[in-house]
Amino acid sequence: MAINNPVNNGVNTDALFGAREALTKAPEAAQFKWRASCEWIRGTQSRSTVDGFYGLGAEQKHKTKFTYDSDHPEVFASEDAAATPVEIVLAGLAGCLTAGIAAVAQARDVQLRSVKATLEAGMDIRGILGADPDVRNGFDGIKVTYKIDADASADDIKAIVAQSQKRSAVYDIITNPTNVTVEVK
Amino acid sequence: MSWWLARRSIDHVVLERGAVANSWKTERWDSLTLLTPNWQSRLPGYGYEGNDPDGFRTMPETIGFIEQYARTIAAPVHTDTRVTSVRSRSGGYEVVTDQRTWQCDTVVLATGACNVPVIPAVAAAVPVGVKTLTPLAYRNPGQLEEGGVLVVGASASGIQIADEIQRSGRPVTLAVGEHVRVPRVYRGKDIKWWMDASGVLDQRYDEVDDIVRARNVPSLQLAGYPDRRTIDLNSLAAIGVKLVGRLAGINAEGKAQFSGSLRNVCALADLKMNRLLGTFDEWAATSGRDSEFAAPHRFAATEVEESPPLLLDLTRGKIKTIIWATGFRPDYSWLDVPILDRKGQVRHDGGVADTPGLYLMGLPFLRRRKSSLIDGVGDDARDLSAHLAAYLRDRVLSSPELIAARG
Repeated sequence: MAINNPVNNGVNTDALFGAREALTKAPEAAQFKWRASCEWIRGTQSRSTVDGFYGLGAEQKHKTKFTYDSDHPEVFASEDAAATPVEIVLAGLAGCLTAGIAAVAQARDVQLRSVKATLEAGMDIRGILGADPDVRNGFDGIKVTYKIDADASADDIKAIVAQSQKRSAVYDIITNPTNVTVEVK
Repeated sequence: MSWWLARRSIDHVVLERGAVANSWKTERWDSLTLLTPNWQSRLPGYGYEGNDPDGFRTMPETIGFIEQYARTIAAPVHTDTRVTSVRSRSGGYEVVTDQRTWQCDTVVLATGACNVPVIPAVAAAVPVGVKTLTPLAYRNPGQLEEGGVLVVGASASGIQIADEIQRSGRPVTLAVGEHVRVPRVYRGKDIKWWMDASGVLDQRYDEVDDIVRARNVPSLQLAGYPDRRTIDLNSLAAIGVKLVGRLAGINAEGKAQFSGSLRNVCALADLKMNRLLGTFDEWAATSGRDSEFAAPHRFAATEVEESPPLLLDLTRGKIKTIIWATGFRPDYSWLDVPILDRKGQVRHDGGVADTPGLYLMGLPFLRRRKSSLIDGVGDDARDLSAHLAAYLRDRVLSSPELIAARG
């Protein structure tokens, strides 16, 4: 960030732009592998662990090991020991878009004061219950609503949010098909 | 370029694989017009003198215009001469054609950016029975079977083709990725007039923040119809075109899968259009010409239905044809000089290629935002021919023969 630039959203955009330039010249280093492991606890509860990933041509480690429990709520006759996996998907989308908003705002010299999002996704659970083959398992749509207080016009804020969607990994993962291979060893 | 080379007394030939204006004669659909108004086709020493400056040239008119220019400037054109190889040879270049071989000191690649249609990899999964076509082969709706058409891509080609096919009675589904929305006319003036007058078209390649992005911006959503109407996603939806997201895949059951990003690509395009119109308003105000134009205003936001379809079955006979309006790329298969980057583009600095004596013309934002317009080649040719002339002069001055003669 430039020394005279008073805008500070806590995102080091100089490092991000530097990385973009470096990785354009060395696309091999841009190849990342994200990983998680998961273990069943009991019932519908399981615990996922995120520890290391691969990138910049080497194995990388998070500063600490992160764990995420998931379960189903009592209305599904479960113990409700943790968030449901679909809620974790919403959390992932919100985290990705909000990080993007901070980064884009920083790059555009816009000071953020507060960014709040609410997310809602519709689902017809006859799909996952196998009650109706014409109903899909997943969301029938996701609605994200942002409330943002920042030093910018309404249109500039909308443009930051739009650009964040354009550059978001989770947004892309959700809006476009991805091949998934599940093996049993 | 030929006009400028002649003016600088540089001996040259112009090689054309077919006849003059070949791609305009053989690779354009019937209803296509230039997207720039007549007044804006300014070539060195040549401008529009007709009585319809705000009209748009049809293909026959465009061909006539280019043929007339070639005659007027007596360009040394060798027609029916297809270049099969350009390679470095003894400090210059050897140009092999199907007619003869030339040895030359410098070469200008003026083959353009639209030689080969870009077709997405997903095309390989199109079910048997669905015909596919590119804009280079498309001529008119009558060429297509009756029945539904999926047009992939919503830039200049895609929206014009979607518009006329829908009007022919064939229901169109339009897959929309990132696009650039502009009105044909704003505050009573053509959009190209605003871009020209406010200096947007003259922006240089070394003045913009991100030239890679600027060179990859899709073509403006424009058509050049006599009634100067705007073709945009709203006008297409109003005549019954079904808007869906970017084509993201075709699954094992032969269903086309569309991205759920339609709302955002439309929001991006609306916001960018409003920013562009804002720069015109600002220019009008600061240049003191505000009163010449109608009042500033904004266009209705692009309407996206609540839940645009994400799947389209291509096996049920509803879709008979897919048109890939997904862009073009240059063809450098004949260029045997190792100057392509990893994306297959010639490495260059504003048209001066990364190898001495080689130049480029007519690519998007080559030197200026207008570089790919007929109106833009004149300024680029002036700059690049000056560079080329200086290069030839320096070569002569530093040649061993001349240095020996100077003793």
